[in-house]
Amino acid sequence: MAATVESPLLPADAVIDEICLAGDPWAKVVKKGQTLRIVDIEGNQAVDTIFYSAADVGERYSLTHTIQAQGALYLTVGSVLMSSEARPMLTVTADTCGRHDTLGGACACESNTVRYALEKRYMHSCRDSFMLALARIDSGSESTAGIPRLTKRDVVSNINFFMNVPVTPEGKLTFEDGISAPGKYVEMRAEMDVVVLVSNCPQLNNPCNGYNPTPVRFLVWDPA
Amino acid sequence: MQTHFNSLSPLARAAVPDRSTPYAQDLVLWDETLPGGAHWSGLLRRGNTLRLIDVEGRANVSALFFNQEEKTERYNMPDTLKAQHTAHLTRGHALYSDMGRVLCSIPDDSCGWHDTVCGVIDADTVRQRYGEASYQQRRNDMHRNGQDGLLVELGKWGMDRRDLVANINFFSKAVADETGRLHFDTAHRAPGQHVDVRFEMNVLVILSAAPHPLDPATSYAPTPVHLTAWRSGTAGADDACRLHCPENGRGYINTERWFL
Repeated sequence: MAATVESPLLPADAVIDEICLAGDPWAKVVKKGQTLRIVDIEGNQAVDTIFYSAADVGERYSLTHTIQAQGALYLTVGSVLMSSEARPMLTVTADTCGRHDTLGGACACESNTVRYALEKRYMHSCRDSFMLALARIDSGSESTAGIPRLTKRDVVSNINFFMNVPVTPEGKLTFEDGISAPGKYVEMRAEMDVVVLVSNCPQLNNPCNGYNPTPVRFLVWDPA
Repeated sequence: MQTHFNSLSPLARAAVPDRSTPYAQDLVLWDETLPGGAHWSGLLRRGNTLRLIDVEGRANVSALFFNQEEKTERYNMPDTLKAQHTAHLTRGHALYSDMGRVLCSIPDDSCGWHDTVCGVIDADTVRQRYGEASYQQRRNDMHRNGQDGLLVELGKWGMDRRDLVANINFFSKAVADETGRLHFDTAHRAPGQHVDVRFEMNVLVILSAAPHPLDPATSYAPTPVHLTAWRSGTAGADDACRLHCPENGRGYINTERWFL
C-alpha cells in the first residue's frame, strides 16, 4: 500500500465547507490553485467523481490518459489527474487513505439489473444522481451556478475516491472491502478551473460502501 | 422470485436460437484488410460476427462500440469489467453498454487477453516516441495515431471527443502488478491469432490499428489486421458468453428485450 501524506490545511481557513449526504449529488467549480479535500466522515464510502475543464467541458478527466501518464492504475499522493486533452487537471497533494480506484466506474440502475437481479432496477444509483445533477445545472439552480450544461454523453468513467478495486496479475477485478476509515481524506490542487461532479454512492449491493452509505465532507481552500 | 431465462415468456424464449453457430467459410459476408495504423468504422448488425485476425503478430486494434439506434448508449468499460469480475477480455465475455445491454460478445478467441484500460495513443506521444512523419513527407506511410483515428471516424457519424470513452485494445496485453503498475507483454501477440466479436445489437464499430500506448517498440511499425464479417446469428441458449456467469444471463435478457 502506498504511503499516506497528511495536509497542513485547517478546516477553519476553508472557503467552502459542505456536507453531502449519501445518495446525493454535489457539483461545484474549483478554481486553478485552489485545493479540494474530500473527507470520508464515517469511513468506507465511495465518492464517484468526474472533473471537467470549466472553460471547456468537452475537456474532462480521462482515466486512460491518467493511467498512461503514470503507467499505473491506482491514485495516491503525487498522482496527476489528466484530461482527455492530456493536460494536468488536478494533482493529489495529500491522502490519508493511500489508494483510490480508477476502474470501477459508477453504479447505474441498468448495470445493477445485470450485476444483482433484474428486480434491482428501482434502487437508487450513482448514474441517477449524476442525471439529477445535470438536470439541476440545466435548470440554472443556484447550487450549481456557473456550471456549463452537460448531458449523458459527458458522464464518462469516474474516479471512486476511497474505493478499493484491486486488479490481480491474472487480470481479475475484485471489489475489496474498503481500506478507508472514519476521517480519512484525499486532497488535490486544481491545475485549471474545474467543475467537480460527484455522486455520493448509494450502492447497497456490494461492500464498496461497507453496506452502509454515509455522508462525506467537501472543503476548498484558496491558494496560500 | 428473480427473473431468469427459464422464467421468460414462451415468445421471449422462442426468440433465442437453441444453439450458437460456429464459424464456417460459407457463412462469410465480406473481407477487408485494415493496414497497420489505419482507422475504420462501420455498422455491424445484430447476428453478424466480425473476426479480427492479427496477420503478422504485432497488431493492436483500438475499438469503440455504440448502439446505432441510440448513440448515447455506448460500450462502458467499468460496467463490462464489474459484471464479469475481470480486468481483461477473452472468450466468454460480453461487452456491455452503459444501459445494461450486451452490445457484442466474444464467443471465440485464440489470444486469451485483450486490454481494456490503457486507452489510445495520441499525436504528441507518437511524435515523441517515433519521430515526425507527416503526410507531406511520407504520403500514406505517415505516422497515424489512435486518438485522431478514432476522432476522424466518430466525426463521420456525428459524434465527437465527448464520445471518446475508454476503448478496448484487441490483441494487446498489459499486466498490473500489486502496486497497480502496468507492464506491456511483448510475448503475447503471435501471427494469425484471431478474435470473434459477435454483435448482439445493431452496433456502430469504430476502429484504429495504431500502436498500443504502452508498446515499447522503438520504431513505428503497426501491422495489418484482417477483418472478416460472417453470419453467425445471435447467441444461442447454449452460448458460452450467455452462460459465462449469471450476470451475463441477465445482460442477454435486457438485450433481447430491445428486439422483442
